Amino acid sequence: MNLKLRVWRQKGPEDKGRMVTYEVADVSPDASFLEMLDVLNERLILEGDDPIAFDHDCREGICGMCGMMINGVAHGPERATTTCQLHMRHFKDGDSIDIEPWRAAPFPVIKDLVVNRGALDSIIQAGGYITAPTGTAPDAHATPVPKADADAAFEAATCIGCGACVAACPNGSSMLFTAAKVAHLGLMPQGQPERSSRVISMIEAQDEAGFGGCTNAGECTTVCPKGIPLNLIGRLNADYLKAVSGR
Amino acid sequence: MKIIMAVSGAVLVLYLFAHMAGNLKIFVSAADFDHYAHWLRELGAPVLPHQWGLWIVRIGLTVAIIAHIVSATLLTIRARKARPVKYAHRPKVQGSYAARTMRWGGVIILLFVIYHILDLTTGTVHPDFAEGEVYNNVVADFAPERWYVTLFYVVSVIAVGFHLRHGIWSALRTLGQQSARGQRIARAVALAISLVLTAGFLSVPFAVTTGLVG
Amino acid sequence: MTEFWTQGEPIADTAAPDGPVETRWERRQFTAKLVNPANRRKLTVIVVGTGLAGGSAAATLGEAGYHVKSYCYQDSPRRAHSIAAQGGINAAKNYRNDGDSIYRLFYDTVKGGDFRARESNVYRLAQVSVNIIDQCVAQGVPFAREYGGLLDNRSFGGTQVSRTFYARGQTGQQLLLGAYQALERQIAAGNVEMHERHEMLELIIVDGKARGIVVRDMVTGEISTEVADAVVLASGGYGNVFFLSTNAKGCNVTATWRAHRKGAYFANPCYTQIHPTCIPESGSHQSKLTLMSESLRNDGRVWVPKKAGDHREAADIPEDERDYYLERIYPAFGNLVPRDIASRAAKNVCDEGRGVGPGGLGVYLDFADAIKRLGQPAVEAKYGNLFEMYARITGEDPYVTPMRIYPAVHYTMGGLWVDYDLQSNIPGLFVVGEANFSDHGANRLGASALMQGLADGYFVLPNTLGNYLASGPYPKVTVDHPAVVEARRDVEERIKKFLSINGDRTVDSFHRELGHIMWEYCGMERTEEGLTKAIGLIRALREEFWTRVKVPGKGEELNQNLEKAGRVADFFELGELMCIDALHRAESCGGHFRAESQTEDGEALRHDDEFAYVAAWEHAGFGTAPTLHKEDLNFEYVHPTQRSYK
Ligand SMILES: Cc1cc2nc3c(=O)[nH]c(=O)nc-3n(C[C@H](O)[C@H](O)[C@H](O)COP(=O)(O)OP(=O)(O)OC[C@H]3O[C@@H](n4cnc5c(N)ncnc54)[C@H](O)[C@@H]3O)c2cc1C
Ligand code: HEM
Ligand code: HEM
Ligand code: SF4
Ligand code: F3S
Ligand code: FES
Repeated sequence: MNLKLRVWRQKGPEDKGRMVTYEVADVSPDASFLEMLDVLNERLILEGDDPIAFDHDCREGICGMCGMMINGVAHGPERATTTCQLHMRHFKDGDSIDIEPWRAAPFPVIKDLVVNRGALDSIIQAGGYITAPTGTAPDAHATPVPKADADAAFEAATCIGCGACVAACPNGSSMLFTAAKVAHLGLMPQGQPERSSRVISMIEAQDEAGFGGCTNAGECTTVCPKGIPLNLIGRLNADYLKAVSGR
Repeated sequence: MKIIMAVSGAVLVLYLFAHMAGNLKIFVSAADFDHYAHWLRELGAPVLPHQWGLWIVRIGLTVAIIAHIVSATLLTIRARKARPVKYAHRPKVQGSYAARTMRWGGVIILLFVIYHILDLTTGTVHPDFAEGEVYNNVVADFAPERWYVTLFYVVSVIAVGFHLRHGIWSALRTLGQQSARGQRIARAVALAISLVLTAGFLSVPFAVTTGLVG
Repeated sequence: MTEFWTQGEPIADTAAPDGPVETRWERRQFTAKLVNPANRRKLTVIVVGTGLAGGSAAATLGEAGYHVKSYCYQDSPRRAHSIAAQGGINAAKNYRNDGDSIYRLFYDTVKGGDFRARESNVYRLAQVSVNIIDQCVAQGVPFAREYGGLLDNRSFGGTQVSRTFYARGQTGQQLLLGAYQALERQIAAGNVEMHERHEMLELIIVDGKARGIVVRDMVTGEISTEVADAVVLASGGYGNVFFLSTNAKGCNVTATWRAHRKGAYFANPCYTQIHPTCIPESGSHQSKLTLMSESLRNDGRVWVPKKAGDHREAADIPEDERDYYLERIYPAFGNLVPRDIASRAAKNVCDEGRGVGPGGLGVYLDFADAIKRLGQPAVEAKYGNLFEMYARITGEDPYVTPMRIYPAVHYTMGGLWVDYDLQSNIPGLFVVGEANFSDHGANRLGASALMQGLADGYFVLPNTLGNYLASGPYPKVTVDHPAVVEARRDVEERIKKFLSINGDRTVDSFHRELGHIMWEYCGMERTEEGLTKAIGLIRALREEFWTRVKVPGKGEELNQNLEKAGRVADFFELGELMCIDALHRAESCGGHFRAESQTEDGEALRHDDEFAYVAAWEHAGFGTAPTLHKEDLNFEYVHPTQRSYK
């Protein structure tokens, strides 16, 4: 199939950037979205143009490295799918596709579609862990975890840190990401001792990093490739209220 | 900030309930309705002097509205700051429209409330306003030939409905609602409250316009 | 043939204590020197890589009080390729009371490695496996649990006990997040300096000791030199030499190869694990291959048409014209033969022209019988998510048309040579995780790589590295030391060279072609003739690369093609060494099948009398044949036997 792409090109952090149009011909419907860009890049290199920079690594939907806005939707039209797992068969011959980087103040553009998501790491640094120095752990069976809690914690822990939730949120809020981590750790007995301090410092860290405030718009969950549910945000708020009132 | 939002919003919702209940007295009788307006002014009597009660409510409301608007504005500013560069391809709405229109909806409501107070409380923009004759004021307002006023009321009340549907649900979430069952209940509660309020408010202008009352 | 290598002195693992295998690790820990906690702050350790091995090592060393500098090429340490592991992690917990023990895990691993691994290392791995699970649970890793709240286990990779711990199909992610969170905690505490999007391009050696690295900031292109008291490489495997593999796109050999060029021995480079159940290539745009869980072979039946060149749809091929070749050749194990056998058999039928799908590179994995026998809902419950993944990638519905599968490169058992202390032959250079060669011999058992990575990083390295550092102090090195300056200049010149060639072929086109050569001649089945040919082809292609490659852009910016060019250049040299190693090992063992060395009925034939050693290769200078150092392997506990699955 033949497609018309409008791609955000930005030479570096200081460049203003603009949308540039490319025609791509004979795209295989079996190719993934990133493979389609690979093919375009090969051509651009040989034509003496600068290839389009985009982040990716595992290409199997688990590392969270890839991500772009495709026609205004984070990770593109398929639900619960990362960009690398989106295949061209979901587009039609002659389609025109707009491709942009994640946009949020805490995610400055580095080049083209590559942004810096380090702010998400800073939220984890603030408390997204359980303090368990190596070698001090009791036997794994010392504390049973009810299956329901373990399963729920797992669901929350499937977040791959891709940042699509931030990119889609009208407020540029990282609430879903933070909520997923708070729920993952808060649902396990091991996470209880630090539960209150964790939620307060993680919320503070996300405000400090410049993310917007959540108004429960719910866009985040619809683009989340791992389907992290919105009610985890309620859970986060409950934990937060409890933590601040108990302070 | 979100908590201020939720609490101020809740105060406003409570007021809306009281206000709707009052408005619905129009169906009982003109006298009753006027009486209600009068009662408003005697609120708190004999403990409080004439109109004090009303003023307390008014102050409370104003505080709530200001707190609400201030926090909404701050959130909006933060959101703008968090996304300094807009998307070229306007993001498709993936979640709900009610959620995406909170800000504009809120502004419409504010404009409406200002007009509404000038209209029915002070009478500034009312063609033949008479202090105390609330029943007549309302009936005159929604006369069929003044359809545009009616339309404005209707649109605004629907905007209120949307605003509330998302707002109430959101407020519950902000206050910590989290389970899947809770979510269904919250959605239902939000929908019910907004439907009841919308229907309740809408019934008055409809009734007047169609001549059921008047 | 010996024009390709020269024989050097034998080497030995002098760090391992002898005596009873059960107490070797304890005795080693006791004899290791300790660093006074107050002095640790003054000691800097560089850790390259943030996967299970590097992440756990950096977090643990940071916690212990060392000053740690950590590097990864991704934008966050959480994205290291360990995140992709699906299946699970082994540990000898014996929670099932099914007769498992440290000894049995040890035994299975040595045997699974086809008697090409060290007993002392493997025994320690089995011992430490128990602590790994405790550690991970304490960190909040959400392992699968049973209704009673205790941990669930499954059996994996052909073992008879249930010792694999898992977190649905995302064990790697959950374990890595545990290590990543521990790492982030140390970063926040100021003990670990994290450098994301930094690629190591050279090792710095001063007075014979590893003292630092040269890195390129992948955002600004800035080249900088980092010095330290010791360097740890945890940079993962090199399966991407094949271009198509299940590895992430960025996986590379650069970190270990640069160390190899500086004198570190590269051990057993030819040992590659090829996984039989991957989704086949769909066309020339293909950029990587996706693994599907081996568990599919429990119920799916593998077949191809009996006739070569039969292009009918699967449904149109009648039962009696299908060849269920695994069931036919291996009646005892059928579709459940080990990875290497299943892979090779698939290649053979495809070579006969009986492959299915685009390019004839695929075999059917058919669930029709399973659906008939168990019903669709049961099949869905068991494999639903895998079927969904398959449908997402191929656009075909595996409930209706049989899946197509093909083998793909998955894991590399070879890596830098290390002793029992995980120290390479360069003092101060430690290598952990998939980047070293240590524990899996010629073949790795399923769910053992995660175990090894975490064992190395959490438990082994922190002890043995301490011993090295306690033997110091080593003289301070500054960034203007001549050796440092030279290493930096080498890197800068190489980058300049890439950018100046300005030829007419892209880096990817070379990588793809190299991959084809490797797959064809150094893949599932190797022959002397093929390997010799491959060496010639690789050399010619490498020449061409250095004259015709086109790397666009500048060095001082984010330049993904420049990154690739550096990696591919190293893959060329590694590819050649892999072929030489495969050529010299004239036996079949584990992942290495030499056509000349098979039994009468076509099975792998090992030659323990000649080849029971680790092949550690020394770089002898560019264009000079590498030197082979042999480390003899002794089996005191598990005695070598031939495998048979008929
Ligand atoms: C699809 C798949 C499924 C698997 N499933 C299983 C399983 O179920 N069970 C199991 O036990 N094993 C499994 N494995 C194998 C296992 O995942 C890996 O062997 C293991 O995770 C490797 O861990 P590592 O820490 O050594 O390296 P990696 O996790 O690969 O980490 C490498 C690190 O080094 C960094 N790095 C690399 N090069 C450089 C450089 N030049 N400069 C700076 N940094 C660099 C990277 O950024 C990264 O942080 C699987 C592998 C694959 C591919
Ligand atoms: C300029 C005027 C207004 C603006 C800009 C505005 C904006 C908003 C915004 C942005 C929210 C946030 C949604 C969220 O947090 O999830 C909200 C919530 C809400 N609004 Fe308004 N609004 C305005 C006026 C009003 C009025 C007049 C009422 C009542 C009649 C009202 C009732 C509510 C309620 C009940 C909520 C839910 C509270 C919450 O979610 O925390 N709003 N409003
Ligand atoms: C169509 C339905 C409505 C009717 C018929 C109606 C009628 C009235 C009347 C008659 C008054 C004057 C009362 C008095 O001064 O005695 C009044 C006041 C007021 N109404 Fe409404 N109203 C309607 C909808 C709304 C809505 C939707 C809102 C808010 C979002 C609202 C907010 C107010 C406020 C804030 C006052 C001023 C109260 C005061 O300060 O005295 N009204 N309304
Ligand atoms: S919550 Fe979802 S969208 Fe957000 S970072 Fe995690 S996986 Fe990505
Ligand atoms: S879209 Fe944004 S506003 Fe909250 S619910 Fe999601 S973070
Ligand atoms: S590239 Fe890893 S999730 Fe897409």
